[in-house]
Amino acid sequence: MDGVDILIVVGRVLAVFVLLLVTTIFNVWLERKTIADMQNRVGPDRAGPFGLLQTVADGLKLFFKEQINPSKVEYGMFVLAPFLAVIPALLLFMVVPFGRPFTIGGREVLLQGADLNVGVLFILAMSSLAVYAVVLAGWSSGSKYPLLGAVRATAQAISYEAAIGLSIVSVVMFSSTRAGGTLSLAGIVESQAGTYLGFLPRWNLFPQVVAFVIFFLAIIAETNRAPFDLVEAEQELVGGFHTEYSGMRFAMYQLAEYMNIFSMSAICATLFLGGWNGPTFDGQIPAWVSAVLPTVWLLIKTYAVIFAFFWIRATMPRLRYDQLMQIGWKRLIPAALVWLILSTVAISVRQFGLPWSA
Amino acid sequence: MVELIVFALMAAASLAGGVTVIRARNPVYSAMGLLATLFSMAVLYVLQLAHFVAAVQVIVYAGAVMTLFLFVIMLIGVDKDENTAETIPHQRRLAMAIGLIAIGLGTALVARGRFSWVPLVDTPASAAETNGTVQALAEPMFTDWVLAFEATALLLTVAAAGAIALASTRKPIISRVPSSPAVSPSRRAERGVGGSGQEGRGGHPVLPPAAGDTRAGS
Repeated sequence: MDGVDILIVVGRVLAVFVLLLVTTIFNVWLERKTIADMQNRVGPDRAGPFGLLQTVADGLKLFFKEQINPSKVEYGMFVLAPFLAVIPALLLFMVVPFGRPFTIGGREVLLQGADLNVGVLFILAMSSLAVYAVVLAGWSSGSKYPLLGAVRATAQAISYEAAIGLSIVSVVMFSSTRAGGTLSLAGIVESQAGTYLGFLPRWNLFPQVVAFVIFFLAIIAETNRAPFDLVEAEQELVGGFHTEYSGMRFAMYQLAEYMNIFSMSAICATLFLGGWNGPTFDGQIPAWVSAVLPTVWLLIKTYAVIFAFFWIRATMPRLRYDQLMQIGWKRLIPAALVWLILSTVAISVRQFGLPWSA
Repeated sequence: MVELIVFALMAAASLAGGVTVIRARNPVYSAMGLLATLFSMAVLYVLQLAHFVAAVQVIVYAGAVMTLFLFVIMLIGVDKDENTAETIPHQRRLAMAIGLIAIGLGTALVARGRFSWVPLVDTPASAAETNGTVQALAEPMFTDWVLAFEATALLLTVAAAGAIALASTRKPIISRVPSSPAVSPSRRAERGVGGSGQEGRGGHPVLPPAAGDTRAGS
């Protein structure tokens, strides 16, 4: 490992950060425009072309606003909590491969923050660390509504993490039949290359459709989005866990939320929709287009998932808390367990034959 | 060199976290101290190329166990003062003695030259070396030690089921009619509830009145 290698690593990490921050600016605008369209409104249209700069304007406004410290806050934790929200959100995208690895000057450059051999577990770890931001914010605010939001957040996150984990396990087991068993996201993407019957892409979505539905529902809950946004239910809790936050600290929570939506959608696209796989037309078009195309495919898939997030938010009313818990514990987790057992049986029959077939 | 720096930083962080756990006046800060310790332990596991153990450490301890700790601390209420009276007699003196014995034994080991530091690995391990750790852990676990592994899993399941069974002994549902004998006289006296007309008060869960039960005066 010499200087150039270190520069490549730094460049990869910077690329991930820039990608996350730029897409966040775009995603906030996209959500407001999408929902406005679904509700027969115009949405933001003043700042910049089509209102694209609205998010930048909002961010600048929040940046210059006063950060109010209410008198009853527990100051240390109150300041620490927004950082605990942003750091896991930034790290979450690190393991997602966002393009085909290419070779330049004899060095292989991965388009991925880090190709961890425990990438899938890293996702689970980071998403479980994100709970602390909400919990500590709620507690340190010294106020009723944030505390209620925080207690809800804890229960919700723990319940839906189990569903996420179980649905990922069945995907990992399935892709082990193709790629020789790996927890690395790059390996899972490579295992989805090719097509079924010559036209259907070999995505994990088709054999693992139940796991996909469970995973998708659980990541909506995990990112605290409608209809699972009881953590910040405005009508009940004023603003939920961030009621007492203002200025840049509040902006950091919003930033973390949108980065989590993007990362989780990208992970969903990576695990189930083939990641960056897609036609690259090698040799028929200029080489740099072939190199960029995989990233474009991943972004298209990711935005399909993100659009579903927005669509659901515009469509569904918020669940009651007991309904949330029922869906989590009585529907998603048992369904994920049954699916895991079924898919394990199917995989082992395909691999080892029926028990009595000797 | 990198290994030494990371080790020193993380060892210091885990010690600081440990001191916070016992010195913090607020239980939430104690919990966060424990979190810091667990997290720096995870980094130390990564340093030893045990990626899987590190990830599981963060998911299970930092992600699930500590979140539940915080949940309980918040639900019970952190405003109450902690009862810090020591219940084990001579606890401090015993702890001091054990600590001194441990330090003495350690010093003796080093002084007699029977302790050798693990040499630092200066060259970073190759990608192939680090990428096999999950498989390296899984293979013995599911081949040579599968019986012990499954037995441990069963033990944990039994413990969890037992905890639920012990915790879920519900009290019989309180009768709808306030003056019924569902609440025994002794318990009524404990709560300081007087005559039959006052059952609505004192934290007693009031159910909707049965038909014909007029409680306007109570």
